[in-house]
Amino acid sequence: MLTIQDLHVSSGKKKILNGVSLRIKPGEIHVIMGPNGSGKTSLSLALMGHPRYKITSGKVKIDGKDITKLTPDKRAKLGLFLAMQYPTAIPGVSVANFLRTSVRHLKKNVKPPEFIKSLRSNMAELKIDESFASRGINEGFSGGEKKKMEVLQLSILEPKYAVLDETDSGLDVDALKLVAAGIKKHSGPKMGILLITHYQRILRYIKPDFVHILVDGKIVKSGNHKLAEKIEEKGYGSL
Amino acid sequence: MTVAQVKINETYKEKYGFSKPEKYVFKSRKGLDEDIVKEISAIKDEPEWMLKFRLRAYEIFKSKKQPTWGADLSRINYDNIYYYLKPTEKKVSSWEELPKEIKDTYDAIGIPEAEKKYLGGVSAQYDSEVIYHSIKKEWEKKGVIFLDTDSALKKYPELFKEHFARAIPAADNKLAALNSAVWSGGSFIYVPKNVKVTVPLQAYFRINAANMGQFERTLIIVDEGAEVNYVEGCTAPVYTSDSLHAAVVEIFVKKGARCRYTTIQNWSKNVYNLVTKRAFVEEDAFMEWIDGNLGSQISMKYPSVYLRGRGARGEILSIAFAGAGQHQDVGGKAIHLAPDTSSQIISKSISKDGGRSSYRGLLKVIKGAKGVKANVRCDALILDDKSRSDTYPTIQIDEEQVEVGHEASVSKIGEDQLFYAMSRGLSENDAVSMIVNGFIEPIVKELPLEYALELNRLIQLEMVGSVG
Repeated sequence: MLTIQDLHVSSGKKKILNGVSLRIKPGEIHVIMGPNGSGKTSLSLALMGHPRYKITSGKVKIDGKDITKLTPDKRAKLGLFLAMQYPTAIPGVSVANFLRTSVRHLKKNVKPPEFIKSLRSNMAELKIDESFASRGINEGFSGGEKKKMEVLQLSILEPKYAVLDETDSGLDVDALKLVAAGIKKHSGPKMGILLITHYQRILRYIKPDFVHILVDGKIVKSGNHKLAEKIEEKGYGSL
Repeated sequence: MTVAQVKINETYKEKYGFSKPEKYVFKSRKGLDEDIVKEISAIKDEPEWMLKFRLRAYEIFKSKKQPTWGADLSRINYDNIYYYLKPTEKKVSSWEELPKEIKDTYDAIGIPEAEKKYLGGVSAQYDSEVIYHSIKKEWEKKGVIFLDTDSALKKYPELFKEHFARAIPAADNKLAALNSAVWSGGSFIYVPKNVKVTVPLQAYFRINAANMGQFERTLIIVDEGAEVNYVEGCTAPVYTSDSLHAAVVEIFVKKGARCRYTTIQNWSKNVYNLVTKRAFVEEDAFMEWIDGNLGSQISMKYPSVYLRGRGARGEILSIAFAGAGQHQDVGGKAIHLAPDTSSQIISKSISKDGGRSSYRGLLKVIKGAKGVKANVRCDALILDDKSRSDTYPTIQIDEEQVEVGHEASVSKIGEDQLFYAMSRGLSENDAVSMIVNGFIEPIVKELPLEYALELNRLIQLEMVGSVG
């Protein structure tokens, strides 16, 4: 279980999260929605251990292990994954090299031939052209290509818990379907998912078990998929 | 989490930093005067013209001031250097014939193995003299000459005299004058017309003695339509006192010929590495310098291309890595002397632990050289706040019909890049290494596989260390 206990997060002098608590069991899909600036992306980065986001109090645990003070690589090794909203480019490091290195660190039992097979098939499923394997990761990629690249990593790394930060925004209808199908296929019955989104449309493909509304760094309401529909119709003001 | 505090390479000492007992058949006394110049020439049994050339060069050396425009050379004490050390009586062409200490040295560095695997010929210089030399039969049959420079002076006096000191005269600069006065060893290559040498020829330079000056002289002539790929590597023991390496490399790339010269310089951090390298490139010919500077205390090296014939092309790819106590003052020069010539200079430098790297370059187009295309790009990566990077580009264009581009960038490893890589399971050190390797990738991909792996490995070693 991914447990978030009364999490308070600051960036610089600014307090961003004011006590967020969530419990995500393996196989569950949780959705977080919220107005701009409510702290959604900060939550995702703080969970993964970004140095700019300080956890001032509260705890994050993975399957009972406290990860609050661990560096991002150690969190990844315990099974946490973050699909970033704005993944950065690393010039000169090819997609294949980046992923191979990552697999070497996170999935020690995967041999190189298996890795290449899985890279090929997952790229094909997401309709990512083969030529991307040798391009610098995220270097000159469009918004949509970057999102696909994050889902590709999710598919190959198969973490226990995945946080997806607006993986659906900036995608056209076809790309959205592919990305949703990719997430669905690889999450399977065991992966716990925290999906951050602005839109209800991805929820047509991925059925959430829980929907939470984050406002001013606090979860103000939780419910099921109907809550998301209501927000889409009436906005956050209706709460 | 901060950017990795990377320790200076601790493993150099084990891998290359050993020294062997000094057993020399001749060792000049310390310091330099006319007698030592004469002595060197006499031991080598040189023709009169070479002795005269050396003595004139010595006068030029004395008359020129120490250069002060680049790195700090004030600590070089020319009186505290051994200018000539002869390690063995004769050159050999089988490793087994070498004295044990010397053979062990090259075995430890891995040269004999590399020779078997992928080289067309090997030359190994130990202090002042080339002590091992071989070239594969198939190339010898095609008329390719690959010799130490001293032997070439004796065996091919005309070819030698026609080119020697023609690209870099003794008066070019103080260090070139010093080299001209006391030069010893180096490689001599001649590739006959239309012969394409498809495997690399390699020279390996090793300084063994303390306070040693190594002054090799390399001369490469690639005749019309011919091709050659030459690689040199350099290491030295770790001593507390300084050594000096002042080489001169002259290359003549004739009409339609191609030459690629790759250096992976990994001198120990007590070596002053002050080298003059220049190529004359004729019509439709192509010269490429790939220059990797990892070691040395101070390097000053600006390989140049003089594009003399219409359509000549030159490319200079330079990587510098400056760690604690190091100053890499390197770059390249492209001189366009003919129409429709083109050049590209790409420089990448990495500074860490207080190291300093400078790009210094010249791009010159003379009046009348119409249709020139030239591009300079220098990127610097600084790994911590103690380190430094500077750029000194000089551009002189005296012709209007040219296309010239210049771009420069200085960057630090971004927090977000580090976070991204670490969120995929890489430790901070592994993440830094990956980002640095990506940064130099445009140059590494130009290297033959074996050297690319070696360079990546060396950078990995430099990156090993504690995490802040």
